[in-house]
Amino acid sequence: MTRPRVLILRAPGTNCDEESAHAFSLAGGAAERWHVNRVLEEPRRLAEFQILCIPGGFSYGDDIAAGRIFGNQMQNHLAQALAEFREAGKLILGICNGFQVLLKTTLLLPADERGPLATLSLNDSGRFEARWVRLAADAGNCVFLQGIHELELPVAHAEGKFVVREEALLKSMHADGRLVLRYAPGTARLAAESGLVPYPENPNGAMGDVAGICDATGRVFGLMPHPERFVDPTQHPRWTREPGRAVGDGLRVFQNAVRYFN
Amino acid sequence: MLWEIDIHPAAGTRQPDLHAAGSPSGGARQPDRAGERVSAAARELGLAANLRVATARGYLLQGAGLNRERLERLASELLADVVVERAVIGRPGEPALNGRESDGQCVTVLLKPGVMDPVAQSAQAAAADLGVVVEEVASFRKYWVSGASDAELKAVANRLLANDAIEHVVFGPLQLDRLDVGQPYRFELRAVPLRELDDDALARLSREGQLYLQLAEMQTIRQHFRELGRDPTDIELETIAQTWSEHCSHKTLAGRIAYRDERGERQFENMLKETIFAATQQIRQRLGSDDWCVSVFKDNAGVVRFDDRFNLAFKVETHNHPSALEPYGGANTGVGGVIRDIMGTGLGAKPVASTDVFCFAPPDSSRHAPRAVAEAADGTPSLPATLPPGVLHPKRVMRGVVEGVRDYGNRMGIPTVNGAVYFDERYLGNPLVFCGNVGLLPVDKSHKRPEPGDLIVAIGGRTGRDGIHGATFSSAELTSQSEYISGGAVQIGNAIEEKKVLDALLAARDRGLYHAVTDCGAGGFSSAVGEMGEEIGAEVHLDRVPLKYEGLSYTEIWISEAQERMVLSVPEDRWPDLEQLCRCENVEATAIGRFVPTGRLQLFYAGKKVGDLEMRFLHEGRPPVVRQAVYEGRVSRVEVRGSDDRERWSRACAERDFTDDLMRILASPNVASKEWIVRQYDHEVQGGSVVKPFVGASNDGPSDAAVIRPVLGSRRGVVIACGMNPRYGDFDTYHMAASAIDEAVRNCVAVGADPRRIAILDNFCWGDCERPETLGSLVRAAIACHDVAIALGTPFISGKDSLNNEFSYTDESGERRTIAIPPSLLISALGQVDDVGQCVTMDLKQPGNALYLVGETRDELGGSHFALVNDLEGGQVPTVDPERARVTFAAVHSAIRAGLVRACHDLSEGGLAVAAADMAFAGGLGVWIGLDNVPSPLWEMEDEAAMEPLLLFSESNSRFLCEVAVENASEFESLFRDIGVGRIGEIRDDGRMQVYGNSSGAALIDADIRDLKEAWQATFRW
Repeated sequence: MTRPRVLILRAPGTNCDEESAHAFSLAGGAAERWHVNRVLEEPRRLAEFQILCIPGGFSYGDDIAAGRIFGNQMQNHLAQALAEFREAGKLILGICNGFQVLLKTTLLLPADERGPLATLSLNDSGRFEARWVRLAADAGNCVFLQGIHELELPVAHAEGKFVVREEALLKSMHADGRLVLRYAPGTARLAAESGLVPYPENPNGAMGDVAGICDATGRVFGLMPHPERFVDPTQHPRWTREPGRAVGDGLRVFQNAVRYFN
Repeated sequence: MLWEIDIHPAAGTRQPDLHAAGSPSGGARQPDRAGERVSAAARELGLAANLRVATARGYLLQGAGLNRERLERLASELLADVVVERAVIGRPGEPALNGRESDGQCVTVLLKPGVMDPVAQSAQAAAADLGVVVEEVASFRKYWVSGASDAELKAVANRLLANDAIEHVVFGPLQLDRLDVGQPYRFELRAVPLRELDDDALARLSREGQLYLQLAEMQTIRQHFRELGRDPTDIELETIAQTWSEHCSHKTLAGRIAYRDERGERQFENMLKETIFAATQQIRQRLGSDDWCVSVFKDNAGVVRFDDRFNLAFKVETHNHPSALEPYGGANTGVGGVIRDIMGTGLGAKPVASTDVFCFAPPDSSRHAPRAVAEAADGTPSLPATLPPGVLHPKRVMRGVVEGVRDYGNRMGIPTVNGAVYFDERYLGNPLVFCGNVGLLPVDKSHKRPEPGDLIVAIGGRTGRDGIHGATFSSAELTSQSEYISGGAVQIGNAIEEKKVLDALLAARDRGLYHAVTDCGAGGFSSAVGEMGEEIGAEVHLDRVPLKYEGLSYTEIWISEAQERMVLSVPEDRWPDLEQLCRCENVEATAIGRFVPTGRLQLFYAGKKVGDLEMRFLHEGRPPVVRQAVYEGRVSRVEVRGSDDRERWSRACAERDFTDDLMRILASPNVASKEWIVRQYDHEVQGGSVVKPFVGASNDGPSDAAVIRPVLGSRRGVVIACGMNPRYGDFDTYHMAASAIDEAVRNCVAVGADPRRIAILDNFCWGDCERPETLGSLVRAAIACHDVAIALGTPFISGKDSLNNEFSYTDESGERRTIAIPPSLLISALGQVDDVGQCVTMDLKQPGNALYLVGETRDELGGSHFALVNDLEGGQVPTVDPERARVTFAAVHSAIRAGLVRACHDLSEGGLAVAAADMAFAGGLGVWIGLDNVPSPLWEMEDEAAMEPLLLFSESNSRFLCEVAVENASEFESLFRDIGVGRIGEIRDDGRMQVYGNSSGAALIDADIRDLKEAWQATFRW
């Protein structure tokens, strides 16, 4: 099996880079953590990698808005290198702050003349929240979610509410199979097929209960929950009462990415 | 030219229903959440009933090249999120920026000049990245308020929208044409004519100059300079004051104390050394070659062994006075400060977990005093009927502190895994904020030593006027005037700056680019350089220090407590590498001087010598503090005196149904669920979470301790817990301290920690220790720390004290009053587990399993929560039998290691009843308990009915509840032959908690676990 090279791209304030690298390593990737300054100096070195991951944290303090400054840097200085990366059939993953960053670029969703089509805004609760959620996956062509139907992961964010500028976009994204990860109701209500999951199962009030989306190719994926925080069974909040998990649900996301190159 | 951009929440976006074909079902607009929160808070604090508030945030941008077109670009590409926000651009004061008449009165809140504004800094840098040069940026918040009278508006603005310590309020349109950027500094060397001053004048200088030194110390300084034949310069005097401050030198507790209690007199040459340090020494000697302490009481944190590759560093600090004035900034920088302590331990540890403990006045403060206060040992206060001037509402303090801790910890990417909150009226003017951090330190990077000739390098944030006099201020008493005198002592943190410093520091550490590191904390460069160069000597060129703005004097630069700075001792040949590494991480690094072997601290500005002090005088010249301490307070048991009191006790205990007592204890603020706080903390970042703060079937039961795996890929775990109970201190501080240690240790043991590998920390927060009785109650607690630590084999590895926690004000009748906090000792514990797979949690797991009570229940309701909710005074305070505790902890650990324990929970506030209720509702299961098997000497009592409330609610130490599968029962019992253990009940699937005694056939407690949980959760559902 080949070990794809994974670039964990960090900026000042990124703080989930080590565990994201660890998750990729567990899955069989060869992960390296690089400061964005290094890529800004030599954008062509991006091409040495097969997977690009923008991990969680508070890049540049999330000053102004979550992911804004890092996203602007990517859009203004790395747009071409990133476009080539994607066109080369490679994978891009944005987790939490990384998802916020990707949405500030056009990698996940193109913008129109009036600007971006969607954003991640302040949680309805008005504050940062850390809790575990159930998620329903509808993988479609999304490489990262192949074979996954549901999973449990933690969220930890203040600005995770997925909002689209126009309602029509949500419907067309749904129709195109790009709303690949959604907050799901708790076990008791799993059967109820209502569209809107209540708080706190939908922890931020996201439209369409959207927790993660992918681009048209299925190779660029952004999500608010943290798969890298559930790669070991003891990370699950109820592992002492629900034994029997061999690995964490989140590990499968990284394994899918690595397997794609084999 | 100055421009303004206001950013408003956009008008609505619809919430569509994907499953409904076609027609939009929602219609909800993007609400103005910030505005809603302001009006709710105004209602809650009784400031205004029907406010309507609209909000915006915004930026003032100044630059010669700015025009409307460039600002529009900045707004759309950088500053506003066009999906959910809209921007309004103009010159300050332009009508478009003032809103419509119908929006109400416009209020703008701006930071005072010189206060850190990280958002503005980032905006400036990001604008430059877009090719737009902005010379100055300031961020602000704007409110349009209607439905308030002028007086109400003023109250809302001052008490809710802005904090006068750091912000100012502008009513109506902004009238500004440029941003103040500071005035250039004109150098002038200032000497302080000290030699000629008499004692009165010395005392006045100490107070008015915010030196807060004692007369004997001022006299020593006068004598020293008389011998030198010159007056000190201002910077020399400030340096001495910082170094000799209580905050930096702990002179009271490490001083000479003559102590007297009921057992006689005792002379201490160095009280801490002879109690707490001595205990650690004795334990280490006993361990011999198995000693697992690495560095205790000398570095910025205590260090113990973890595994072959890593040690652990642990430190807990207080940040009380800044948090009283500006709760958000105070707590924020408290967290930042203790993280820097960890970064400055050895050659730099990596912070892996935070613990934060707070003491507040009850948030619903109906302002009358509990009776306990009127009789407090110090004979002090009756509490004010209304909020005294200078005091923030407890609810506002609490929210601010929680948000401050949240924002710093989350941004640093350090999981906040443990904490506690205690409430007492006496924390009204002087809340306590304890911030703790655990670090992971490679074994070969655990020691440091600056070398002569090394460069003194400052890295991180720039220096400004923030935090001037923080170290000396924390040694003073708070008054209603503190806000005005010490506004400068309040700092605002910038967590991302510190994160960058951390990233750079650890990389430099691993490349061996420096010999030593320390944090710039209280006292700024003055303490950092003074301490590092103590044994060598140092020269510093203050004009080389990078500044946030012009205008700082050389003394301000030297003592500024601006945040996020570290000082390194760098060999000259590694300096280019370090400089390069820092540049790659966007961290500023500057060589500001050199450690030179002169034995002197020499300070220069623009080539001129401004200070020259002998290191020996600075560090050893302080006259010893000699204090009297006397303990004449209560000794463990307080007789219930008055007939009213006796009557109340017997009425409360004569109840035959204690369900209501249990409900009220569960709902009482100390016990009630703190999920509102904990969910705001990221407790899983870094990916090593094992036992979370909340556990159980619905992830909402209260865990005893947190467990993390700090080394990814290893199974070895770190356990973090704490113990504290200020209520017991009103009885006897000896037993308060003993109980706090027992609680911290048993919390660790309950989740699986090895009791032979638990290290502890002390944090003493006390009132004014110049009063012999106050100091006496502290010494007594320290003696307990000594005794119990030795008996349990749990070494103290670090500690910190904060004295003078008192608040003074003038009441309505013009009388001066002082409120002292209750004696408050926090014990924090750091445990270890070999394999995290062996950890257990407190939630009940399986119907049919047996419930065991380990440890003896005694008649110890004094200071209990049963007494609290029933307003009962007196009784016997819980004590610790340390030998028995040690054996109990060892046995519980054996049972857990053997895999015999399915759930384990310690008994603390509320005793057996509360612990059992916690376990039941956390597991979503019922529990049936019969009291007749409870191990207790009380069975010798005649009257069984009188025993029942004791068995249910006594807070005796060293007890656990364990869930054990029936097939393991005999093996479990065999481990507890010499210790009290009783099979008291079983787990059921009926969702009820039922407790039966012998005195009658009816249940003493019978409740649906959903009701118990609701009582426990409702208090802080904020």
